Amino acid sequence: MSDAITRDDVAHVAMLAKLRVTPDELDRYTSQLGAILDHARDMEALDLDDVPPTAHPLPLVNVFRLDEVGPGVDRAEVLANAPSTQDDRFRVPAILGEEP
Amino acid sequence: MTDTAAPYFTAKHGIAGLDEWELVVGLEVHCELATNTKMFCSCANHFGDEPNTNVCPVCLGLPGSLPVVNAEAVELAIRIGRALNCDVHSSVFARKNYFYPDMPKDYQISQYDRPINADGWLDLADGSRVGITRAHMEEDTGKNTHAGAGGRIHGADYSLIDYNRAGVPLVEIVSEPDIRSPEQAKTYVAELRTILLAIEASDAKMEEGSMRVDANVSMRRLGEDEFGTRCEVKNLNSLRSLGRAIEYEARRQVDLIVSGERIKQQTRHWDEEAGRTRDGRSKEEAEDYRYFQEPDLMPIEPGQQWVDRVDAAMPKLPAARRNALAGVAGVDPTTPAVVVAVDRQLDELAIAAIAAGGDSNRVLTHIEQNLAVDGAGGLSPVNLAELTLMETNSELTATQAKTVLAEMLTSGAAPAAIAAAKGFEAMDTGALETMVDEVIAAHPAEWADYVAVAAAGDDKKIKKLVGFFTGKIMQASKGQADGKAVNTLLTSKVGAAG
Amino acid sequence: MSAIELARAVRAGERSAREIVDGYLATIAEHEPTIHAFNLVTADEARAAADAVDAKVAEGRDPGPLAGVPVALKDNLCTRGIPTTCSSKILAGWRPPYDATVVQKLAAAGAVSVGKTNLDEFAMGSSTENSAFGPTRNPRDPERVPGGSSGGSAAAVAAGFAPLSLGSDTGGSIRQPASLCGVVGVKPTYGLVSRYGLVAFASSLDQIGPFAANVADAALLLEVIAGHDPRDSTSSPEPVPRYTQSLGDGVAGMRVGIISELMGDGIAPDVRRRVEEAAEHLAKSGATVGEASVPAAMFGLSAYYLIAPAEASSNLARYDGVRYGLRVDGATTAEMMESTRTEGFGVEVKRRIMLGTYALSAGYYEAFYGKAQKVRTLIVRDFAAAYEQFDVLLSPTAPTTAFRFGEKAEDPLAMYLSDVCTIPTNLAGQPAMSVPFGVGDDGMPVGVQVLAPTLGEVPMFRAAAVLEAGAPA
Repeated sequence: MSDAITRDDVAHVAMLAKLRVTPDELDRYTSQLGAILDHARDMEALDLDDVPPTAHPLPLVNVFRLDEVGPGVDRAEVLANAPSTQDDRFRVPAILGEEP
Repeated sequence: MTDTAAPYFTAKHGIAGLDEWELVVGLEVHCELATNTKMFCSCANHFGDEPNTNVCPVCLGLPGSLPVVNAEAVELAIRIGRALNCDVHSSVFARKNYFYPDMPKDYQISQYDRPINADGWLDLADGSRVGITRAHMEEDTGKNTHAGAGGRIHGADYSLIDYNRAGVPLVEIVSEPDIRSPEQAKTYVAELRTILLAIEASDAKMEEGSMRVDANVSMRRLGEDEFGTRCEVKNLNSLRSLGRAIEYEARRQVDLIVSGERIKQQTRHWDEEAGRTRDGRSKEEAEDYRYFQEPDLMPIEPGQQWVDRVDAAMPKLPAARRNALAGVAGVDPTTPAVVVAVDRQLDELAIAAIAAGGDSNRVLTHIEQNLAVDGAGGLSPVNLAELTLMETNSELTATQAKTVLAEMLTSGAAPAAIAAAKGFEAMDTGALETMVDEVIAAHPAEWADYVAVAAAGDDKKIKKLVGFFTGKIMQASKGQADGKAVNTLLTSKVGAAG
Repeated sequence: MSAIELARAVRAGERSAREIVDGYLATIAEHEPTIHAFNLVTADEARAAADAVDAKVAEGRDPGPLAGVPVALKDNLCTRGIPTTCSSKILAGWRPPYDATVVQKLAAAGAVSVGKTNLDEFAMGSSTENSAFGPTRNPRDPERVPGGSSGGSAAAVAAGFAPLSLGSDTGGSIRQPASLCGVVGVKPTYGLVSRYGLVAFASSLDQIGPFAANVADAALLLEVIAGHDPRDSTSSPEPVPRYTQSLGDGVAGMRVGIISELMGDGIAPDVRRRVEEAAEHLAKSGATVGEASVPAAMFGLSAYYLIAPAEASSNLARYDGVRYGLRVDGATTAEMMESTRTEGFGVEVKRRIMLGTYALSAGYYEAFYGKAQKVRTLIVRDFAAAYEQFDVLLSPTAPTTAFRFGEKAEDPLAMYLSDVCTIPTNLAGQPAMSVPFGVGDDGMPVGVQVLAPTLGEVPMFRAAAVLEAGAPA
């Protein structure tokens, strides 16, 4: 397993997860996450070389539905929940800044 | 499972001024599948409806919603894979995680390390072969409209999102970096499109976005083994843009390399109006998509029976059709007339006409030059064969045959009847020579000119005078003279005179 | 009165659904201010639903197997038009435009929903202290936690606010609060109950399940909500047995194994004693009791605290302020998303999102998530081996009785250890339930966990029924 999680690692994953953390929080999260990951090192005692991963507890395959149109949701009901709409669309602020 | 490779043809890129360089292109083509419903929900898969009217909890990614795979989408994906000679595998779905407002779940359900189709190839009309790395299933995103900045994303004030397209089934076809010229790239995409239409998997309209092409372009000096740094070019809305963008990128990259600068690995956007690519997202720190197997979906194991069924129902694909026609006509499959015939879906007509005894050369010529019209496929092969025989028997001139053919298309009548009704008869050779002599005698000055320039070898003037005499002879014969025969006679007489 | 008895009386026209629900609503009105089991009490809707049941009975139409029975719903179950918040600021006030499958099934069965119960935010926690809307208190002792994450649903039944409630269980979130509150809580086989409409936490682990005051009621509720759902690709296609019918079959000849790895020093002695007493009672009732071993269970916590947050980090990405819920404005969409998520999520949720993102990130996938998936396989294998020797397994549900508020809140790892007994069954996708069995030294309830193989709810309920009959007063 890899080395302990660093402050930079936590800052990086916060960025990936679109979360802003203050420097204090960064310290706290680093130590807390470190403790949890440290505990997980107990898995190193196991021989996992020939063990396949389990992605699903259920051994189902080929679960499909037919290609038939079904009822959707009422647009008004959906847009009523939206923070901001315009012209029956969801409105968001500028997606990218000015081009460099 | 691979075929014995067709001769692999390395095209020169055809870009002026870059003779010392090799262009390397790989294409990623996203095709929207022609299903009734979306990939993971039963909303209608339909272009052009009122915004946010084909939506449901699943394709909106509402909390608590779950995806369910559309069986028809899998069928079409397998069809695409087999049409591209891919191996069909058991596969799983994976989540590709990144934040973007046109993605309702902020992850896209796609396929990562176990795609449904892999290791295929596509034989093109120019005789080259392009490898297909994979063709996998995924869901489409919603559509952003950007307000301000002329509809472009850069500098927009805000954006409006329509999720009608979110969840539409896609197959992403990834080629090996085997493409070596803008022309070949266009041929590849055109061929792909023809196949998609033939197997009814997609309507593949670039202008509507049901087929989207991204080009990965890099340059290297001729003889170099390693690939150069590549850039991905997006926003290519037509074959023309594809060709132009590749050429632009080739020059841009060579300029940078030659001036000692590094190529930044990045995504660039093609600006059709400005005719250039622009900076986009940097790919230096490759985006970390944190792929993992989709826990809400079960694996797909098509099994040999499903694949066999798809193979059995596969229509004849363009490459096979070109080969068939070429074989019957005794020509190379890259012959332009053969390519055109298959493109226009007239290959079956051609084969039948040749089988009915028609002259293969004339059949192909008619298809290439005179049958670019609707309804040509309904032409009777026997009649077409008969027409070509009338030509080779000198009963009709080429010009007359064209007229007869046009009438055959509208009336469906046989060529002999039409020719008779029009009073077409080719002139017999003796009568023709007499007429030619009469015209020569009527224009002694021009004839003397002709003899002189023919002896001098002045091609331009020869052409002009030949045209003059041919015109006069046609006039005199009321169009019944055969152009080729006239030419032959003039040439021999001028030779004898000189 | 039990739910079974209430339903029978309503169906027979002996009691009116309206009168029943009014009674429960009065209890809620009186004690809810102390307990805070609910984020929202839906009194008007409940009365209307009860009236509709009564109308059906009057017309001679079948009102359903749960006719007139009040049910409380964990607030991560989508209820159309009724706020579904997951006890998070980021979904405060969100009204889903659709009902979860289980909600539809309950309505079709004639049940009457009285409200949406409190939970740890997005079901992440073991004490309901992580709710953005304040904690729920244990009805047996208001200074103590009810457990979590389905603390509100467990407390609702324990406090007599409803005879039945639904919770969700990803690492023990039904069973552990059931144990701490002294009620019955069931986590079914993965795939038995449709997840469509359950706001996802960890997709390969989540299951919806019943809370009740007794085993028979829990069995009936499970019968109603279980079954294949074409809208859930992970839904089991197997037919659902009538659990209530075999409940009284007893345990003669049943082989019961106590999981030795879960009876060690990490478990409080008074809790261990109750489990041993429970085993003795089963033996007296005709079962053979032995020692079972599930060695990989010891690594369950580690695997779980990588797999669950990894899936959660992806499931919670959709909360970005674009389409619903909280939006905190920004100059750009990226800024808006960041601000929204930073303000909208609580500390525990953020912690798990970051942990999960890390476990999946480039360079770390194999070391963390990949490894955890392999440990999961070992756990599945070890359970399979144990079930060759035994028909059901026994263990504590929780390592201790209910702890006090704040006791574990500052130490995430200590909190995570509360789930050591329950987590392995989520990883294996197998059923387990908690049955109240006496109290601990502090007088607080102790629950005994009965575990069964995949789709083994029938023997599980049989053993549970026997335990219930022999539970100390």
